[in-house]
Amino acid sequence: MSSGHSHVFMFGASHHTAPLAVREKLALDDARVARFAELFRRAPGVSEFAVLSTCNRVEVYAVANEAGAVAQAQAALCAATGCQPEELAAIGRSRQNAEAISHLFEVASGLDSQIVGETEILGQVKQAYETALERKWTGPVLNRVFQKTFQAAKHIRSSTAIGAGQVSVASVAVDLAGKIHGDLTRTKVLVVGAGDIGLKTAQAFQSRGVRDITVASRTLARAEETAAATGGWATTLARLEEVLPAADIVACSTSAPGFVITRALVAAAMATRRARPLFLIDLALPRDVEPEAASIDNVYLYDLDDLADIAEQNLAQRQAEAAKCRAILADRTAALWPQVAQSLAGRNGTTRSPGD
Amino acid sequence: MSALLTDRTILWLSAAMYLAGFAAGLIALALRRDTPASRTILNALLAGGLILQISGLYLRGLSVGGCPLGNKFELVQFVVWSAMVLYFVVGTAFRVSLLGLFTAGYAASLAVISLLVPEWDSPARLKLFGDNPWIELHAALAVFSYGVFGLLALTAAMHLLQNWSLKHKRLDGLFWFLPSIVQLDQINFRLLGTGVALLSISLAVGASWWLRDTASADPAKITVTVGVWLAYGIALLLRALGRLVSARLAWTCVALFAAALLSLGPVNQSRHGPPASHLRLP
Repeated sequence: MSSGHSHVFMFGASHHTAPLAVREKLALDDARVARFAELFRRAPGVSEFAVLSTCNRVEVYAVANEAGAVAQAQAALCAATGCQPEELAAIGRSRQNAEAISHLFEVASGLDSQIVGETEILGQVKQAYETALERKWTGPVLNRVFQKTFQAAKHIRSSTAIGAGQVSVASVAVDLAGKIHGDLTRTKVLVVGAGDIGLKTAQAFQSRGVRDITVASRTLARAEETAAATGGWATTLARLEEVLPAADIVACSTSAPGFVITRALVAAAMATRRARPLFLIDLALPRDVEPEAASIDNVYLYDLDDLADIAEQNLAQRQAEAAKCRAILADRTAALWPQVAQSLAGRNGTTRSPGD
Repeated sequence: MSALLTDRTILWLSAAMYLAGFAAGLIALALRRDTPASRTILNALLAGGLILQISGLYLRGLSVGGCPLGNKFELVQFVVWSAMVLYFVVGTAFRVSLLGLFTAGYAASLAVISLLVPEWDSPARLKLFGDNPWIELHAALAVFSYGVFGLLALTAAMHLLQNWSLKHKRLDGLFWFLPSIVQLDQINFRLLGTGVALLSISLAVGASWWLRDTASADPAKITVTVGVWLAYGIALLLRALGRLVSARLAWTCVALFAAALLSLGPVNQSRHGPPASHLRLP
């Protein structure tokens, strides 16, 4: 890029090139973002910028009319984070003009995410843009680019299957519970095992509106600890026979060497449940639920392998859909870029500092 | 009315709309597009088919001078019409995913089959129900209850498919869009109750006339009709008691509907003896 010509660029590092330890170093909290902005907005030729910082990426999107602006962004990032310039140079990637816009489209649509098709990134991009807008770091070019980015991401979400199917074991389990029980807000969840997996599973159900959670563990104290984290009830494994008939969903993750929930125990529980189905999620190794329990009518049993298989299938489907999404986004970039280029050409020779 | 635009022609057009709705639903499913737009297209085609079917049955009703329930063709068309009317009530109330697709397939297949078998459309007797509106109500309610049982068979089939997919861990394609087990079970229970209630009212009305003139309906028809009513009634009772639930209830509903459909033959046959001075029950 020759000096004096306005251009759009992106510079940053993501999970594609940077290991977790480096990404931790590069992560920008509010104070670091402010420090970076303070340095970068003073860089010669920089007229607009926005900073996207998530656990998987730190990226700067900017408009500048100096060829050295990318190096300025790199230097400001190092200064704000304490990262060594040579370290950042090794993992950093930059894109110019249409490629930078195309990259932002893909990031916001979840195509560049570690878990392809995830939706959290769109909220993070929106947050990054809102921060930049509030602080007047953006201008007409980036405002237009980001608005078009949100439209593109929304289109991808609604017109393709990129977000179909869950890709984590806990989310798959929660989705399956929905296929069995429908509305989960009225279901009763029994978490057997108070370890980390049990807690995460309980929290996954809690995030889908489940209010009635009981945690059963070998000791009441341990169960109470996990139950407190989810606002649930605590009980001991000794009372399993008593609490099982009331549960609609049972998630097991104990470290017990044998079966904690036997076929006979499930059969006895089902005899009192009439038409209500029972969903058993066995996340333990070795397994907690006797496999023969699956043969009982209205009982659905999924173990760790079953859930992982579904998650993998969903991920494969998302990856297959990604090619189609990229083609859609390429068309949108091709439609937007001439307008952006015209806008950039109109501002050549003029200068504006972000935040002015 | 043009000579080309007969009641059968209109009913053919109706069947074509149902078929188009089924095809549209299948395409949307194959493309994994269960979106509001695809549902609107499917519902618009089904609504168009229903309007045409109402028009065709109305014309047939005018020509036979009463409710068009005089032969097997008309009975099947009426059963299809009932199921479609119920779909627009149940489908809207419960927002049952894929019920439109299943109803479209069911309506299209039964309607096309009834049109393809000319023998089913034997000339109907004029004034089949005399001028007695109660007998006509009895017949219409009985056939409408068959429509309810038809829709119940569809939701039961959906229940069986969902149960199979969850038990066998096959959750791709069609299966992912099926409603939940609990939702399907609740719908099955309600449809079963509705069907039994309608058939009970129909039989009560019919029985009150039969008691005045026991020769007005033949024993075979009474046996078959009461048998269907009893079978569904027992299924409802067992479901209410929690003895017949989930997949077993679904299998029962599918099997009972197959039997109920087969019973239409003997019921219809019993009405085609030589014209009598008695009022004939349908």
